[in-house]
Amino acid sequence: MSALLKIENLTKRFSQHTAVNNVSLQILKGENLGIVGESGSGKSTLARCALRLIEPDAGKVLFDEKNILEMNRSELKDFRRHAQIVFQDPYASLNPRMTVQDILQEPFAIHKKSIQKKTAQDRIEYLLDLVGLKKDYLSRFPHEFSGGQRQRIGIARALMLEPSFLVCDEPVSALDVSIQAQILNLFEDLQTKLNLTFLFISHDLRVVRHLCQRIGVMYQGEILELNTADKIFTHPETEYTKKLLSSIPQVISR
Amino acid sequence: MMSLLEIENLVVSFPTENGAAHALNEVSLKIETGETLGLVGESGSGKSLTALAILQLIQKPGKIESGKILWKGKNLLDLSPKEMQKVRGKQIAQIFQEPMTALNPVLTVQTQLTEVLDQHFPELSKKEKHQRVVEILKQVGIPNGEERLKNYPHQFSGGMRQRVMIAIALLGEPELLLADEPTTALDVTIQAQILKLLRDIQSARKLSVLFISHDLGVISENCKNTAIMYGGKIVEQGLTTDIFYSPMHPYTFGLIESIPGTQKKDRLKAIRGSVPQLGQFPSGCAFQNRCDFAQNACQNLPNLSARQGQHQVRCHFPIKSEQSA
Repeated sequence: MSALLKIENLTKRFSQHTAVNNVSLQILKGENLGIVGESGSGKSTLARCALRLIEPDAGKVLFDEKNILEMNRSELKDFRRHAQIVFQDPYASLNPRMTVQDILQEPFAIHKKSIQKKTAQDRIEYLLDLVGLKKDYLSRFPHEFSGGQRQRIGIARALMLEPSFLVCDEPVSALDVSIQAQILNLFEDLQTKLNLTFLFISHDLRVVRHLCQRIGVMYQGEILELNTADKIFTHPETEYTKKLLSSIPQVISR
Repeated sequence: MMSLLEIENLVVSFPTENGAAHALNEVSLKIETGETLGLVGESGSGKSLTALAILQLIQKPGKIESGKILWKGKNLLDLSPKEMQKVRGKQIAQIFQEPMTALNPVLTVQTQLTEVLDQHFPELSKKEKHQRVVEILKQVGIPNGEERLKNYPHQFSGGMRQRVMIAIALLGEPELLLADEPTTALDVTIQAQILKLLRDIQSARKLSVLFISHDLGVISENCKNTAIMYGGKIVEQGLTTDIFYSPMHPYTFGLIESIPGTQKKDRLKAIRGSVPQLGQFPSGCAFQNRCDFAQNACQNLPNLSARQGQHQVRCHFPIKSEQSA
């Protein structure tokens, strides 16, 4: 399998603080790569650099062999059709004054002005169904939905332009555990149906374990270890990973 | 024997467009001296409201309609506001979820700690108060406590702020601690530290704790007994081991199945739908519209009744342990 995204020696500083320090990794086509770390480890900064939502200070981000850091405006816009993001907070990431219809239509307005109205509407309704929402929700506003439903809207919006690569930055951390399970199942279904590649950011090792084939553990801006999910859980190599694993509160069960 | 705290048939209501909705309904709980009782539920289940009701901190227009909150046999609901002030923060103290919003950002930590002593131990001298404050910071594991007294909340990390919150709660020397999601805002390694601190303090002081959390792992590691809430009602309660080994209520079962494990599972068994808003729960069993086992009988509210020993469940068709295996 070839790499869809390659990050090479990526560094991002905020004044004196180095948020991401010389990180290199690859995400293969069709793979889910998980990045775990605690607050301040640099995982969200890494995710945003991977989409050039913030400008890294050094390094390369190659998407399909092309360095997105060297792209001009129109090339970058084209790249973003293929690479989308689902944000952490479903309350903050939807415009409260737009209806679901407007929210889902906006990607077309930005990227494909020429798309036929009918085609666009079909796509909106198809995705709404795919993420498990009803068609009559289209005229409603974000505040009328629960957290889980809002996250479904955010996911539908991210998928509107048929991206091949999806960055998910803590997409379930604001949700109750029963709803979290629904959304994790939805991610799995979407991946099978739509052939997606995920970069999945989370502080919750169990969530990442559930969805990802490989996991990178991040600490103070660096990837401490990167291995298959099985290896990370059964044979962690660094003390920090061991500490993370032993800190997970265990549910007693048979 | 009398329990330290006994809540009997507590009903709390909020007015809605369709009349008063019961946010807590017939809630009964017992906490013994030195016990940790876990209270579990999702957002909107009424678990935080239960803690607020105990301290009579429910914001208007919400109100306690009926029921009793017996503290060492005396009903707190009969106390005057002034008498209640002597209970609140003194005999029963609360640790809130979000240390950043619960602490006053413009007052130093010293001011906020000393405030508790001014309220509950006015007879102490300034020097004695200072000593107690320094001592408590040491106990909750804040390094260089004396030097940090002049610091403001924003100068502390999340974990340290939560330690300050715990220190404030302990200064009144309470017998019962209401810990409302005390580690939810923290990273997992810091969470482990704070949970250990709470356990150490608890055994040193013979404290009772009402531990409110949506995290079943945290509950199962810290609580001897557990109550599960849904729709403002207790739906299952008993020994934590009984509840997690053989959950009887379909809601409890669903919660446990929803957790991704450290072993890879094929697919998570999510609970369908979401928690309705207050006033929109179905009549009868509140969980029926999300339940895989619901039948016509579920339109009538089941009683909370003991099935095996102390293990109680509010369900017409409780899961038998073979089914949940």
